[in-house]
Amino acid sequence: MVEKKVMSGSEAIALAVKLCKPLVLPMYPITPSTLVPEKLSEFVANGELNAQMIYVESEHSAISALYGAYATGVRSFTATASQGLALMHEIIPIVSASRFPAVMFIANRALSGPLSIWNDHSDSMSERDQGWIQLFCEDIQEAFDTIIMAYKIAEKENVSLPIMVCADGFILTHVYEPVQIEEQEKITDFVGTYNPKDFLDTKNPKTFGAFAQPNTYFEFKEQVQDAMMEALKEIKNVNEEFGKKFKRKYGDGLIELIEMQDAEYALLIAGSTIGTAREVVKDLRKKGKKVGLIKLKSVRPFPTKELILASKKLKGLGIIDRHISLGYEGALCTETKAALVKEKVNVTGFIAGLGGRDIDRERIRHAFDLIINGKEGVWLK
Amino acid sequence: MKQIIFLGRGGQGAVTSSQVLAISAFIDGKQSQAFPNFGVERTGAPVRSYCRIDDKKINLREQLKEADYALILDPTLTKNLNEKITSLIIVNSNKKPVDLGLQTNAKVICIDITKVAMEKIGKPFVNISALGAFAALTNEITLESLEKAVLQQMGAKGSIVEKNIEAVREVYKISKNDLQK
Repeated sequence: MVEKKVMSGSEAIALAVKLCKPLVLPMYPITPSTLVPEKLSEFVANGELNAQMIYVESEHSAISALYGAYATGVRSFTATASQGLALMHEIIPIVSASRFPAVMFIANRALSGPLSIWNDHSDSMSERDQGWIQLFCEDIQEAFDTIIMAYKIAEKENVSLPIMVCADGFILTHVYEPVQIEEQEKITDFVGTYNPKDFLDTKNPKTFGAFAQPNTYFEFKEQVQDAMMEALKEIKNVNEEFGKKFKRKYGDGLIELIEMQDAEYALLIAGSTIGTAREVVKDLRKKGKKVGLIKLKSVRPFPTKELILASKKLKGLGIIDRHISLGYEGALCTETKAALVKEKVNVTGFIAGLGGRDIDRERIRHAFDLIINGKEGVWLK
Repeated sequence: MKQIIFLGRGGQGAVTSSQVLAISAFIDGKQSQAFPNFGVERTGAPVRSYCRIDDKKINLREQLKEADYALILDPTLTKNLNEKITSLIIVNSNKKPVDLGLQTNAKVICIDITKVAMEKIGKPFVNISALGAFAALTNEITLESLEKAVLQQMGAKGSIVEKNIEAVREVYKISKNDLQK
């Protein structure tokens, strides 16, 4: 039954996972992702979900067991955050190189140190070079929908790459708000069944995770890069299909443009901050300012072409990074500048929200003020 | 948009209060959002939780700096209310508002919710019953939606749910009477 009700972000995410029917759930809870495995474990215990929970001893084991599950050819899931993701780092690129379409939920949390349980994007941003697709979410409806789209994108034969579905820890995992939960039948019909060609089978033995000599390693990476370029198309396709079936979609799947038709100045933001920024744009528009927003949903693959089209007519574009590549600047700022290198638009970087510092309307307004007046980027402390 | 701040002590259930309020407002046909002041929960330490209610989709994710209403579950926390409250402060207390020392332009109403909880539940569980006072004194939610919201949030917890609903009704009644005084 289609049902819209108020629930926590974590519960909505766990429900989305349940509806995609994964068979193996290796879990090691870590704040603020903990409620997701907690809910899933409830679903398995009460028989709502026929899956094998594996209570592993670390995140390193969680991702290793996820790898193992996919090697046997079954749809699986895990969730983590912060240091948990960092501990997975060793295995992260092996999952993508093996072309396993795993889906993992990241409750974005600052990396220690100093120790912080609060939100920023330093955990997933630090993993963005490892061949995983990274999709960010603005609200919990989008997190629910993105989990479902993620399985479909990942399992496309021309993609076959793992996906991190990223949502701001606490801000989205712990919020209660209305979310529409779709029917099992419709989800099953949309996601389909997972029938991989290659998996461990004693009747048809194959090698996974093989040693690669210099004459092949290079090509493995090239294939992952090619698959990422395929993902640029497939993310758009799946977003369209989702829109047709469920009457909701998220821009073109890669980016969403908000008040950009005649905008002269805009901010590019990933994650839940877009919500607050929408309100700032409404206020500034009332005052006659031609401002807009670019919501970056797909951080990997990076939507270069779409960003050029969206921003080449702007006078100024500000990037709000909830992360910093220490010793340089925010990673999204660097990447956007590179994408727009041949355009005239002035790109300005802002660092905000590190370790859970609030990104409120005042800070976003300040960022707009600075780009409109052609000033340098600042830390929005 | 209406914004509500809940103040309680760790273990008192202020976060659950805000969640039940969000569910209740949604059942009434409004949009709502509830979130805790994210932190490391410790029993007895001051806890803040927030709720927003609006007729349209709520996009804001920033923390609350001021609110229309405050609901204070523990009267010793009145000094912790730093945010500006514009409309009404409801305090779980057997004292008179003037005796609380609150510096505010908002209206202050004291309801002895603990007393009702002890009578109806047998334990000082005030987080759910306090919403009875909120419904009665603000008219932002209906008693019917509140009861449904309690069932949605606590449904699996057995007889404690009925006791809480009884306490909600009693606090609602007392609060309505208080308004007529």
